[in-house]
Amino acid sequence: MADLAIQGKAKSMNAESDSKAIAALNLDNVSISYSDTPAVKNVSCRFLRKKITSIIGPSGCGKSTLLRSLNRMNDFIDGVSLEGRIMFGEEDLYGPDVDSVEVRRRIGMVFQKPNPFPKSIYNNIAWGPSINGYEDSMDELVERSLKQAALWEEVKDRLHDSALNLSGGQQQRLCIARALAMEPEILLMDEPCSALDPISTAHIEDLMFELKTRYTIIIVTHNMQQASRISDYTAFMELGHLIEFGDTEQVFTKPGKKRTEEYVTGRFG
Amino acid sequence: MAKAASSSIKKRGRLFGESCIITWLMACAGISLVTTAAIIGILLKESFVFFENVSPLEFFFGTSWVPILQPSSFGVLPLLWGTLQVTIGAAIIAIPLGLACAIYLSEYASPKMRTYIKPLLELLAGIPTVVYGYFALTFVTPVLRSIFPDVQVFNALSAAIVVGIMILPMIATLSDNALRAVPDSLRQGAYALGATSFEVTTKVVVPAGLSGVMASFLLAISRAIGETMAVTIAAGQTPNLSLSMFESIQTMTAYIVQVSLGDTPTGGIAYQTLFAVGALLFAITLVINIFSQLILNRYREVYD
Amino acid sequence: MSLISEKDRQKLIKRKRIAFLFSKLCALITWTSVLLLAVLLYQVSSDGFGWVDWQFLSSFPSRFPERAGIKSAIVGTLWLIGLVALISIPVGVSSALYLEEFAKPGKLNKFIEVNISNLAGVPSIVYGILGLAIFVRFFALERSLLSGALTMSLLILPVIIIASREAIRSVPMSIRYAAFSLGATRWQTTWAHVLPASFPGIMTGVILALSRAIGETAPLIMIGALTFVAFLPAGPMDSFTAMPIQIYNWVSRPQQEFHDLAAAGIIVLLIVLLLMNATAIYIRNKTEKRLK
Repeated sequence: MADLAIQGKAKSMNAESDSKAIAALNLDNVSISYSDTPAVKNVSCRFLRKKITSIIGPSGCGKSTLLRSLNRMNDFIDGVSLEGRIMFGEEDLYGPDVDSVEVRRRIGMVFQKPNPFPKSIYNNIAWGPSINGYEDSMDELVERSLKQAALWEEVKDRLHDSALNLSGGQQQRLCIARALAMEPEILLMDEPCSALDPISTAHIEDLMFELKTRYTIIIVTHNMQQASRISDYTAFMELGHLIEFGDTEQVFTKPGKKRTEEYVTGRFG
Repeated sequence: MAKAASSSIKKRGRLFGESCIITWLMACAGISLVTTAAIIGILLKESFVFFENVSPLEFFFGTSWVPILQPSSFGVLPLLWGTLQVTIGAAIIAIPLGLACAIYLSEYASPKMRTYIKPLLELLAGIPTVVYGYFALTFVTPVLRSIFPDVQVFNALSAAIVVGIMILPMIATLSDNALRAVPDSLRQGAYALGATSFEVTTKVVVPAGLSGVMASFLLAISRAIGETMAVTIAAGQTPNLSLSMFESIQTMTAYIVQVSLGDTPTGGIAYQTLFAVGALLFAITLVINIFSQLILNRYREVYD
Repeated sequence: MSLISEKDRQKLIKRKRIAFLFSKLCALITWTSVLLLAVLLYQVSSDGFGWVDWQFLSSFPSRFPERAGIKSAIVGTLWLIGLVALISIPVGVSSALYLEEFAKPGKLNKFIEVNISNLAGVPSIVYGILGLAIFVRFFALERSLLSGALTMSLLILPVIIIASREAIRSVPMSIRYAAFSLGATRWQTTWAHVLPASFPGIMTGVILALSRAIGETAPLIMIGALTFVAFLPAGPMDSFTAMPIQIYNWVSRPQQEFHDLAAAGIIVLLIVLLLMNATAIYIRNKTEKRLK
């Protein structure tokens, strides 16, 4: 409980430095549709560096679609089109001469269900850096990434076992380690705990606190307690619209919109 | 990692190797199109030359096929009839038996039984056709001759029987797939109304899977029409318009083999008959295959 | 008082009896079909078993049955299958990869798909005609192993493509997404993850396709494989014979001794095919277990 109170304070201090903080991603009037069916409508917001931002909202509100547009994973779904602009630093993510592969290299993603490669733990981590020309010691990188993902102690003696033998929670931390090995600037997480038990979920939440000192994290979650526990900022979406975006404490205690209040207090959704 | 090198998300030249690979993959996929074009092109071109010498009227309606000896005559009906005899005979054997196998596999057999029977049927389907020819000549025909003394050494019946055995596994496995695709809820609904297993199978499951079952029949028939070695060995080389299944006949495929075994000079009329008969064979099987695919596509839409 | 009348009861008994008989009939027919396989195998092996010996395996064909052997046919078949594998596996798997991983869904892709399933249904002898016109005559490869291998490759390509596509499709999308999210290109993803994961399925399809090629006779007759070869081919441009051709040659002679030789040849052919099929089934069962 004491921990939570301290975090609360830290969060309100964050709010004051908002205006000075640098945006990792800057969304300007973004609309996304699947073959003519709109999924995200006119969303504008800024995701700040080295902060955790949660996107919450009822199922089908477009939060996963929005998240997947941030590293162009939507490119793999037929008939998706995007309007508006997503600025990544000085560059438009959807600019004409942008290489979507390069985008994904720098904006990593962790998926809803753990999806390790059917290879060894070691190779799960090493593959991404190796195809991108990583030249330093791979063993060190693997160790560092696994330590960052708080998995090292559990797997250090069986790095060459199949990743599929790990438990669900361990697999998800392996997927996080795999994303971290690429040293991405932004880490996108699409309901990373929804397939996990409470203990594994707690592990991953602890981990995210560690990670935010170095990475910008944007997480989609169904779980409002999770959003309020871990994030600095919270975005609430409904029916494709961004209803409210603000400091997490403010969104959960003094929401500016009635719909937000109804949702976070569990009156619908 | 490698931050210095990737300050921008702009495209860089590294995709060249990849586009070479994709071009290679695309070229490979294109080979299937080229193959089809080549088959059609060659058959059309050579048949065209053939029909400059022989009138289509004679080819399609003539009742006598004497391509090599003089006076020659190019009526394809005897070959077509031979093919038809073998195919119909094979279908009469294989369709009911194959469907019964499929029903047993999908409705009655235990999962364990299936794992034994399916590989055995696949094995039966994988036996080379020349082996079926040997089986017809050295086993089926002697048995037939001991029952019906006027059966000739080469006869349509023996060929029809082994071709029937040959296409049976195809009907059994494809129909089994179609029947197993019928949702269990349909079966349970019918059982709940007090139907017996026979009634559920014949009035609910088979009608529901009918398009898949029909498609398997058509594919098997097309296979029987194109079957070559077993009929060449068992049915003989005598173009024959007779109704009797006991006599020696010649199918379209057996004729093509006969021509190519002899030293037929390129460019002669006998050489061109090979393409004309081949074109006819190709056209017939193509129409049946397309038809079965149309049926199958409809059925997929229903159950997906 | 009974729940149903006597008349209805009789009807029910009759319906149940029909159902029982029908199920037994279907089982009987299925087992008879399997029995046919046994009869066929017994028939062939009882005729030919006494002829299969080292002398048979190591001799060239001869006018005298007791001196005849299948050596040149075995070597020809090995050459042929080796060349067919070299040609058809890379081309077939590449086609499947293109169609599953790279082609944009659309009319052209659909057309290629329909075209491939139609090619799978084209009678093998039509491929023989194609090989005769294109490889033997047009490219002037003559009656060589290469002509035979190219023809046979075209014949089994649709089988390989269809089986490979199925295996590739069964690789979960989540694995591809994982690779993409690490900044991998399509090809890097395909090469490092999709291909290895679908490899067992592809191998099963390839083995079954190759065993079809081993047994095919008609296309080889069309392109002019020889029936009496008293030498071993030394390269892809040499003329050749193959096991099914040799068997056909012996079957088509009237003498009983040659029929027995044919049976002996069939035993050798079937053993080769059985080994290949067993390998394919073994790979399939092993991977099914692994995926569970």
